[in-house]
Amino acid sequence: MLYLNDVKKSYLEPNGNVLPVLDIPVFSVDACEQMVIVGRSGCGKSTLLHVIAGISRVNKGSVVVDGIDIAGLSESVRDRFRADTIGYVFQTFNLLPAFTALENVTLGMTFARGRYDPAWARQLLDRVGLSHRLSHKPTAMSVGEQQRVAVARALANRPKLLLADEPTANVDPGNQQQIVDLIRSTCKEENVSLIIVTHTPEVTEQFDRVVRLEEINRVRTLTEQPAA
Amino acid sequence: MSKWKIAWRSIQQRGLASTLTVLSMALGVMLVVAVISIHGLVEQSFRNNSSLGYNMIVGATKGGRLQLVLNTVYYLSQPVENIPYSYFQEFLSAEEIEACRRAVGTEELGEPRDGKFRLFTKFAIPICMGDYFGQFRVIGTTPQLFDGFVYDLANGKTYEFDAGRNFKTYSEESGYFEAVVGAKVAREKLLEVGHKISATHGDPEGDLHDEHPFTVVGILKSTGTPVDRGVFVNIEGFYLMDGHAKPVAEDPRDVPARPPVPLSVRPTPAWDEPGDQLAADTAGNYKPLTVSEREVTAILLKTVNQVVTPGLMNTINEGNVAQAALPVSVIYGLFTTIVGPIQQVLLGLTIMICVVSGVSILVSIYNSMSDRQHEIAVMRALGAGRGTVMAVVLFEAIMLSLGGGLIGFLAGHSLIGMAGPTIEANTGVAIGFLDFPSTKVDEYVDVTGLINALLRGVGLEPIQGLEVPTELWLIPGLVLLAVLVGLLPAMAAYRTDVSRALSANP
Repeated sequence: MLYLNDVKKSYLEPNGNVLPVLDIPVFSVDACEQMVIVGRSGCGKSTLLHVIAGISRVNKGSVVVDGIDIAGLSESVRDRFRADTIGYVFQTFNLLPAFTALENVTLGMTFARGRYDPAWARQLLDRVGLSHRLSHKPTAMSVGEQQRVAVARALANRPKLLLADEPTANVDPGNQQQIVDLIRSTCKEENVSLIIVTHTPEVTEQFDRVVRLEEINRVRTLTEQPAA
Repeated sequence: MSKWKIAWRSIQQRGLASTLTVLSMALGVMLVVAVISIHGLVEQSFRNNSSLGYNMIVGATKGGRLQLVLNTVYYLSQPVENIPYSYFQEFLSAEEIEACRRAVGTEELGEPRDGKFRLFTKFAIPICMGDYFGQFRVIGTTPQLFDGFVYDLANGKTYEFDAGRNFKTYSEESGYFEAVVGAKVAREKLLEVGHKISATHGDPEGDLHDEHPFTVVGILKSTGTPVDRGVFVNIEGFYLMDGHAKPVAEDPRDVPARPPVPLSVRPTPAWDEPGDQLAADTAGNYKPLTVSEREVTAILLKTVNQVVTPGLMNTINEGNVAQAALPVSVIYGLFTTIVGPIQQVLLGLTIMICVVSGVSILVSIYNSMSDRQHEIAVMRALGAGRGTVMAVVLFEAIMLSLGGGLIGFLAGHSLIGMAGPTIEANTGVAIGFLDFPSTKVDEYVDVTGLINALLRGVGLEPIQGLEVPTELWLIPGLVLLAVLVGLLPAMAAYRTDVSRALSANP
């Protein structure tokens, strides 16, 4: 499903210096696999997700998602590919406040080809237990409910790969497990590969495969430099 | 979900700022609509009414031609001086002059001859003014004005009666004192056929001519012309009101009246009713004024053709008795030299207001961009392209602009509706909420020609010169303005760094 080969990503700092963030010789995720990426803050976890999603372009290497190397695609094609293939759950949910729960879910469908299907959006919201909150706006919903809408939105386009960036970071412990269960079960039902980035040990220990980014990334931040 | 809906939701999200922006645009559009409508309709109305079936007006030399036209055609401005009735007779045939002389019985009957301008005129209708009925002008004239008179040559329209009939030069029931009132007069003064009305002398607050009440015998249908605001009385009755006889050395009314004169073969301006006879009013013992006692305020002329018009006008103007004016030319000149430039300035100012309102859209959206970076980044992460988020911002600007335009359009026309009575009082132009000025679309590009070419291609009848409501131009104008002012924030949306915006806390 996902294969990274010799991926290098760096940023240009305002002072002109080049700041390397990722240097990953190889990394892969199988179809329908569910795995966790952990790592220290600032080690490049979010950047890695952005690279996989095609939001950020790599400086070098290939990022093959569902058989297509998105590193070589133009930005507009990557946008469309992302809409069609990848679901994204954000740490802060990122629901659009002006839209209702149903509209937040259908919004993602708008950007994909031939995926606009409000009935499917309702079904997803029903599956996450929000069939009674379709017309509510995010401000009228609890944190847990908002995150469930975000999960439904991420699955709206029937993606092949779901990226979840610390999905439980802003959720109370009571809701944490529910969210993780929801994401995992839905991905399993929909045959979606799952990559979760998290800091939460309770979440990490539930997964068979846990990858520490520092282990696959050759870029070392100052705090991570190995002792000489 | 369409991009329009996404844009609409964004507008809703920033309700207060959006409302203020829309109101700002509405204010500008309201002023533009008001200027376009009022000027367009006034101009349209003046130009339409400047060809009321006649092409020349003759009046006294005192006062300019503009005053003569405004007074005679639109019943505006102060009444001008009068010209002798004998001068009016220069436009009549020998039979008409003879009939008049016989009727009033005061003049020596010399060798019958046509008036010196008779050959050049199709008809000549006398107009006497100076009295009022409330705020409405009283116009003394002959029945000819309403007997099959075509006031709209382009559409062949004649005056029609909503109730009653035309007034007669003399009738058994009312003698010389019959009147026909315009639609607006009847409406506002609650007049019906059979009502008696009295004019005031000189101005609306002047002395009441209650010695000679006129009987309303007809109410005209609305025409959308100044005629709607007129009270038309028989000229013979008008002359008989106190103070309307021109003083002469010897009172000609002392001369016994001649027997009634039958109508001559050709209808004459003053005595044109079949079977009608000019006679002493037995009820009031009224006798028509003599020619030397009579004056007219203006003469409505139709020349036999356009070729003779300049020559006739020059001849009249070279004399010292009267002046001639071509109403179309005078009104065109008025609009070209005075009203047009003023309108251009006003329009320029109001368009500037619209541009300022457009800038307020720019400021409003642009200020919101920093708050919306995260939203845009989320949409991008969900698969929206740069072009999509740019379009959403542009659509937002267009919706704000058109929303403001719609409110401004309604407010502008409401303003016009409210100001209608004042405009009508000052210009004579009836203007209401639902009146829209129109523009010929072929002014710069022959659109009608293009359409006709297409129509001919499919075997359909060609259309006449295409006209569209002038305000319709506001729609592309507002869209263009919105696109221009929306470009800057749209470009900001286009350039949003998704990765950075997503990493930042919302």
